[in-house]
Amino acid sequence: MTAEGWLEPPPLPHHYETIENHQAALRFGMWLFLGTEVLLFAGIFVGYFVFRTYFPESFEQAGRHLSLFLGTLNTFLLLTSSLTVALAHHNAEHGKNRNAFWLLMASVAMGAGFLCIKAIEYTEKFHEGALPGKFFSFSEITAPGGPVFYVVYFFSTGLHALHVIVGMSLLTWVATRCWRKEFSPTYYAPVENAGLYWHLVDLVWIFLYPLLYLV
Amino acid sequence: MNELMRRLLFLPEQASTFAHDVDNLHYFVITVTMVSSLAVGLTAIAFFWKYRRRHENQATPFVAPTALFEVLAISVPLFFFLVWFAIGFRDFVKLSSPPPEAMDVYVQGKQWMWKFAYPEGPNSIGVLHVPANRPVRLLITSRDVIHSVFVPAFRVKMDALPGRYTETWFTATKPGRYQILCTEYCGAQHSKMWGEVVVMAPEVFDEWIKEQQRGLVTRQDVLADETSQVTQQGSLAQWGKHVAVAQGCMRCHNVDSREPATGPSWVDLYQQHTKLADGREIIADEAYLTESMMEPNVKVVAGYQEVMPNYQGKLSGPEAAAIVEFIKSLRSDRTVQAVGGEE
Amino acid sequence: MTAPVTTTAAVPPSGAEFPKKSYLNDGTTIRSWLLTHDHKRIALLYLVGTTIGLFLGGVFAMVIRLELLTPGPTIIEALTYNRMFTLHGLIMIFMFMIPAIPGVFGNFFLPIMLGAKDVAFPKWNLTSFYVYLAGASLMLWGLITGGADTGWTFYTPYSTTTATNITPVMLGVFIIGFSSILTGLNFIVTIHTLRAPGVTWFKMPLFVWAIYATSIIQVLATPVLGLTTLLVAAEHTFGFGFFDPARGGDPILFQHLFWFYSHPAVYIMVLPAMGVISEVICAVARKNIFGYKMIAMSSLGIAFVGFFAWGHHLFTSGQSAFDAGAFAAISMLVGVFTAIKVFNWVGTLYKGAIAFTAPFAYICGFLFFLVFGGMTGVALATVSLDVHWQDTYFVVAHFHFIMVGAVIMGFLAALHYWFPKMFGRKYPEAWGLLAAGLIVLGFNATFIPQFLLGNAGMPRRYYEYPDRFAALNVASTAGASLLAFGFIIIAIYLAIALTHGEVAGRNPWGSRGYEWDVPSPPPTENFDTVPVFTRGPHEYQDVPEELSKVGHAI
Repeated sequence: MTAEGWLEPPPLPHHYETIENHQAALRFGMWLFLGTEVLLFAGIFVGYFVFRTYFPESFEQAGRHLSLFLGTLNTFLLLTSSLTVALAHHNAEHGKNRNAFWLLMASVAMGAGFLCIKAIEYTEKFHEGALPGKFFSFSEITAPGGPVFYVVYFFSTGLHALHVIVGMSLLTWVATRCWRKEFSPTYYAPVENAGLYWHLVDLVWIFLYPLLYLV
Repeated sequence: MNELMRRLLFLPEQASTFAHDVDNLHYFVITVTMVSSLAVGLTAIAFFWKYRRRHENQATPFVAPTALFEVLAISVPLFFFLVWFAIGFRDFVKLSSPPPEAMDVYVQGKQWMWKFAYPEGPNSIGVLHVPANRPVRLLITSRDVIHSVFVPAFRVKMDALPGRYTETWFTATKPGRYQILCTEYCGAQHSKMWGEVVVMAPEVFDEWIKEQQRGLVTRQDVLADETSQVTQQGSLAQWGKHVAVAQGCMRCHNVDSREPATGPSWVDLYQQHTKLADGREIIADEAYLTESMMEPNVKVVAGYQEVMPNYQGKLSGPEAAAIVEFIKSLRSDRTVQAVGGEE
Repeated sequence: MTAPVTTTAAVPPSGAEFPKKSYLNDGTTIRSWLLTHDHKRIALLYLVGTTIGLFLGGVFAMVIRLELLTPGPTIIEALTYNRMFTLHGLIMIFMFMIPAIPGVFGNFFLPIMLGAKDVAFPKWNLTSFYVYLAGASLMLWGLITGGADTGWTFYTPYSTTTATNITPVMLGVFIIGFSSILTGLNFIVTIHTLRAPGVTWFKMPLFVWAIYATSIIQVLATPVLGLTTLLVAAEHTFGFGFFDPARGGDPILFQHLFWFYSHPAVYIMVLPAMGVISEVICAVARKNIFGYKMIAMSSLGIAFVGFFAWGHHLFTSGQSAFDAGAFAAISMLVGVFTAIKVFNWVGTLYKGAIAFTAPFAYICGFLFFLVFGGMTGVALATVSLDVHWQDTYFVVAHFHFIMVGAVIMGFLAALHYWFPKMFGRKYPEAWGLLAAGLIVLGFNATFIPQFLLGNAGMPRRYYEYPDRFAALNVASTAGASLLAFGFIIIAIYLAIALTHGEVAGRNPWGSRGYEWDVPSPPPTENFDTVPVFTRGPHEYQDVPEELSKVGHAI
């Protein structure tokens, strides 16, 4: 442990010349990966817009039927968790590993809250029969295209929830490393990358929320 | 020249106006392709011969392209490509815009057969009769997966998509028989999903269609096997009407007005958005209509009782299809024409 | 940091000695191979994987050709035949062509060509291989047990309603997609961050440029394929109806999403082959590349334009004439970029000193297949002509010319050109030329009849066909046998050369590519210290060859 209270950074991989170059590579790799994630969701959004033009009425009806309160609460949770992640990044960058740990755990807790609320919403849908494709048996949507809306709804929010779970695991992993005081002003790329991933999860929701709940 | 090129390239005979346009462009494109591939190949061989390695450690001068070379390398191919594009696009626009006077034929693909229906005439399986020298528009759909209508001799092809209609058209030029092939992979019998276009001289065609309309009633008994590749002479809708009468469908379903009776009216029923008793909404397509005959109580229309008997086993597949065709022909805008014949 | 050491050596010293220590014998346990982080060993793992893919795909291709020998049923039934062409397509595309050149030669040479000791993320590189293996195994297992019969294009609603079990196949493709993304991402980061001093963007070898363009496509297009396969799998399993018109879905949306990936995927396959040709043609002609920037930029051009051309697969799907025209015009641009490359390759031969070797034979084959395949591609993009050709054997022949003709020529050229570097031994040149001749001939004999079959109107994926197509089908099957024979010869002599070939020495071709500065086979670390490259990778005007200022032990 160094005098400042953090562990020595792990040795530089043999094929890098400088630590800056290594950090830049990690960061750049993460940004590229986030690019692929954006394109993954882009396909869903294309599907959403196509079917919305086919079935504007049922999309409107189904959208109104989603719980605006729960959706907004979830948006609030995710946005706040993004803030705590950003603060954790800032703390880790300055070697304040303990602060970073608590902030990351707070984010994980908010992620868990998000998932619980999502589960409540899903349960309600299952009881109503507001389900995709052949399982659809929801009487309140009269216009055609209801089953398709719920394919889009469940597929997009399900894929997003999967990303929330992956993001929570990543945050937990870097949080344990914070607990062990591994990060320092010269080495904090894992916190930064996990944070970037969490911001992406947040960003996707920022697009899903208005499209599904508000429009 | 045309004949020589056509045979060299193994192209089928040219039996539509479109075939000539396509083939002329084809010759142009393929000639340039051959000449340029050959030119590239020969240049490479010539360079190889001239600049073969004469001794180990041979040095070579540094050569870079001039600006003129770069400009030519881009503009010459681009010029040819754009010319082809312009001609090809003009022809494609022509192919996508059927003339208003074109005769309509409905084409339906299903695994694995083609069905052709003339709006006011007979239906047929596998064989499409068309007049020569008159534009014919095909309105194409599919009942299950994607198929594609392809008449090589006409150089015409269009996908048959379930749930929507696509269109294409042609003017056949030579009386004769031409093969129809399915070109979108559709399952085990894809390679056997063949049909035939019979192009007739216009007068002969007019005779034929009159004959068909006259002979509808008398020939219904030969319609039994829908799956045969034999020409179906006569209207399926007409036959469907007879089946419906025989089964007593009209006791509960109106066919001459949209008034509901014990059951919903059949007029305008096809493709109608229908609300069911359990709240779902469906479109009354072929699948639903068939299901309603075979398992009537699965999807009961809102406002009606579950009283309809089950026709599973009472109706053969072709009979059910005929009734569906009959229902499809019942449209309030032209009910009378479509059902044409006598009771 | 950098230790410029000037060493000079004459062109191949005959009777060179095999290096005592190299990446091949640095660790000899199976574990040291299977858990290696060394990009060169991972490349060899890919070589094994993709070769198995090529073999399986080739066997199924021969089964297909044998079935088509007669118009009626010949050796298998219709359902088996439908499964065979699905197997053939999926295996060749996802197990061989997409990973082949980037996975094998990209992994092996990209770091060396940049003067780096490894790729940016060696662990992810190994992960990517195992992800590929897992995906390929799942796909193969699915194909054998479930027997998908949809064709590799998975068109809905056929794929979502077929009785065969396509779900494991779709998931396998999804997983292989992950591997492809990881490889591409790794290469992009490597190129951006690990270039040695002297390797500026415009001093990068053209193979690196080609891999760079390829990686961009892999990273940007593959996620969309991933999503599409997930949707189809979910729809087949749960009856979602996203692509099924009976439930309000849209089958054409599937085609758009699918081709948004699968059209650029063609360039994932062919761009690396183009990169190989740019490297090899300089070495065999011992000549600077003609128009370096034109070739480098046209790779990026193809990658960019390739993203906006997918609609040309839908000309007969009821697309509006306006859309068809736009997609057709954009597709033409791909032809222009390819033409630029072809002119520059031919220009490279001008005033060169060409050695007639197996790699050169493959270059000749490549040029012919690319020009003819490319021009027929432009012909197909000409909207009105496509109406006749769409989904006929003309399309089959066209994409085999590009995806098999050009890509296999690139793969084999690379294998022969880099074989001495990878394994330190030479292959027998006479056998090499013989096999190259057989393959080029066999290939033409297989696929030129298929162009004519397409003209005559024979649709693709036909189990049986009308008698009038019989003669051309027999010709095609005969050609395929010749092709298979050529591959068998290559497999045999390369296997023998692996242990019994003449020792190659550091630079048997007298090439100026950066990778020839390190010993053959290279040591584990590639370079002892960071090398400094003072010349470009394709410069041949000075004689004799002078090594770069490289800190390595000869």
